[in-house]
Amino acid sequence: MNKVLMQGNKVIGEAAILAGCRFYAGYPITPQNEIPEYMSERLRQVEGGVFIQSESEIAAIHMVVGASAAGARAMTSSSSPGISLKQEGISSLAACQLPAVIVNMMRGGPGLGNISPAQGDYFQATRGGGHGDYRVIVLGPATAQELADLTMDAFDLADAYRTPVMILADGMMGQMMEPVVFKEPKPRVYPERHMMRGAGTGKHKIIRGLILDPLEMEEHNWTLERKYRVIAQQETRHELYRAEDAELILVAYGTGARIAKGAIKRLREMGIKAGLFRPITLWPFPTAELRELAKRNKDFMVFELSTGQVVEDVRLALQGYARIGFHGRPGGVVPTPAELANVIIRQYDPKQGIAEHQ
Amino acid sequence: MKKVFCRPKSMTDTVFHYCAGCGHSITHRLIAEVIDEMDIRGITIGVPPAGCAVLAYKYFNVDMIEAQHGRGPATATGIKRMLPDRVVFSYQGDGDLAAIGIAESFHAANRGENITVVFINNAVYGMTGGQMAPTSMLGQKTTTSPAGRASLLDGHPIQISEVFTLLPGTAYIERCTVNSPAAILKTKKAIRKAFEYQLDCRGFSLVEILSPCPTNWKMTPIESNRWIDEVMSKKFPLGVLKDLPAGEAKKGGKTP
Amino acid sequence: MMVKTIFAGFGGQGVLMMGFTLAHGAMSAGYHVTFLPAYGAEVRGGTANCTVAVADEEIASPIASKPDHLVVLNTPSLYTFQNRVAAGGYLFINSSIITVDSSRHDVQIVKVPSSEIAEKLGNPRTANTVMMGAFLKKTGLVAPDDYLGSLEEVMGSKKKAIIEINRRAFAAGFEFLEEST
Repeated sequence: MNKVLMQGNKVIGEAAILAGCRFYAGYPITPQNEIPEYMSERLRQVEGGVFIQSESEIAAIHMVVGASAAGARAMTSSSSPGISLKQEGISSLAACQLPAVIVNMMRGGPGLGNISPAQGDYFQATRGGGHGDYRVIVLGPATAQELADLTMDAFDLADAYRTPVMILADGMMGQMMEPVVFKEPKPRVYPERHMMRGAGTGKHKIIRGLILDPLEMEEHNWTLERKYRVIAQQETRHELYRAEDAELILVAYGTGARIAKGAIKRLREMGIKAGLFRPITLWPFPTAELRELAKRNKDFMVFELSTGQVVEDVRLALQGYARIGFHGRPGGVVPTPAELANVIIRQYDPKQGIAEHQ
Repeated sequence: MKKVFCRPKSMTDTVFHYCAGCGHSITHRLIAEVIDEMDIRGITIGVPPAGCAVLAYKYFNVDMIEAQHGRGPATATGIKRMLPDRVVFSYQGDGDLAAIGIAESFHAANRGENITVVFINNAVYGMTGGQMAPTSMLGQKTTTSPAGRASLLDGHPIQISEVFTLLPGTAYIERCTVNSPAAILKTKKAIRKAFEYQLDCRGFSLVEILSPCPTNWKMTPIESNRWIDEVMSKKFPLGVLKDLPAGEAKKGGKTP
Repeated sequence: MMVKTIFAGFGGQGVLMMGFTLAHGAMSAGYHVTFLPAYGAEVRGGTANCTVAVADEEIASPIASKPDHLVVLNTPSLYTFQNRVAAGGYLFINSSIITVDSSRHDVQIVKVPSSEIAEKLGNPRTANTVMMGAFLKKTGLVAPDDYLGSLEEVMGSKKKAIIEINRRAFAAGFEFLEEST
């Protein structure tokens, strides 16, 4: 397919359509309004497409529950405050083992916050987000190309594991245009037996999250947990950038990773051998892969557009085997690669290593 | 010998957990009988609520997807839009529809979603132990209105059916009760009509059922049935509130 | 090579179109590009701006805290952005509308009466394309043919006549600097 210059939000919309998404419900919120706008137009054009501008984010996610149960590839999108509202339904999707794709174009928070790019929803996304004992697969794209690829992958992962999948990006990723080539989507593999379409002449189906018997509920929790373990073993993804000879490894995702790459270029010009470890799956976090690096690297520097969330996963992964520095800029501030490079120069001495974050 | 009475095919062989004198069990059976009589078991999908009817999925022998509290009409919307030729009904109590899920219910009705909502109004929160409902009567004592519902503090009982008649997307709205054999037969007719309207793609249909809750009303079943006639139905008058002729139905809630 | 440019002006002056067509032209020429529009409350009240990065390598941040070049079509944009241009960079000023002088003396100021030129050509709405002609003449960021090809592709669905007017506007801006330099 041709290379096109497209805005991130629209890239997600187009990738979803190509992946066979035929149901979208959502409520406008900046900075992701182009997703519902794009879906309203495209779902009109494709056969069987349904678009609903719902009365709230809550309604949207529960419409997705219904459409997913009916067998459709379904998606909703929002930005931070709206994603908080959707958590009830995401918990329900996880409980009922229903596939769906949820897009979060993060903005500054907490509360109403602002509409600038931020990464403050990392905990919410990677720890389940709603009530109960569950996880959501979380993908953190860093380019428009990845928005396209990972959106398509998100639908496949959601089907394969019958679980909600979240695309976690931010206002900058949503608003920015970059060249994109849409790949051929894979044919859908999702057995009819999981769909609720009326019992016909057969046995009736029940989809529910309510399990009153504690032992039965426990078993259901373990069933989900076993599934999450398989996901954690098989689906982690990460990117290494100039890490082969690096003495200092930066850890950052999404927009943060882009800035980190710029900083690495500057650091190398100044003689500091820096590289990047970029988690692409934020849950499951590529723990083993990061720990593997700690066999030869003793200095890590976490950078995020929040006050210290990713750094906790890095600590869990490195388990004290390496020094961990930290720089965060929350609130919608997107620092320059030069700023990050300067911070690192102050914190990192090649002889003594990185100043540890307390 | 000819069998003249049996369990509807659309019911499972399960004993109800409902209290003696409760209106849920009667209503469940009416819905199942209608599904049988219309021969739509194979294409019907039910959406039970949170509340006393949370276990309804156990009793209906049709496909059932349980909604989170109040979200039934949203979930039903998602199903119906993807499967427009199925019969989709949402079963909701007064808390589910008139309080926590008022937005989902109101907007599904306003879009004219071609679904049926069976609305159990028993003026109290049953499952959680008899707290005040948005449809509790003024002066009604509940576990959260120990001095009786006061309009200045708690607002007035909401007449959902009357309010919904104002929405052009609604095709058929009737308020019934299940406190006597005659009333039960009437209710069954209303449910059947609502399902028929859905098959005819006329839009949103709502059957409100004034339903006894002897346990939380602290009454005997007989007193409860009497209270519906003497008190409840004064605020919530019975009858057909809206019945759009076929030609005028909006056929809303459908993606072209 | 990594060149970042901010385009700014009133909404309706075609500022986003300038950035988009530049990014598109650079993409067609094989460069890495990013186009980042200002959005939301930032653009309420009638101003618009966008940042375009063109590079022969992966672009880290699409934001330009110190753009190499700045193109301003109205006075408020000059005040807002002039202090951010990197020393030695180009500052393009629509001198038909902006009558004040820039306070910067360490940048190369290029004044183009783009609104007047566009008006003379018969379509004042093409002032932005006039400016693009001047911009590409000075910066050489994208070859005129690549740019015009993109302009045509982007405007694809519009009438041939409009594309023709824009071609002429581009040429006029390009030639204006040829004459004055």
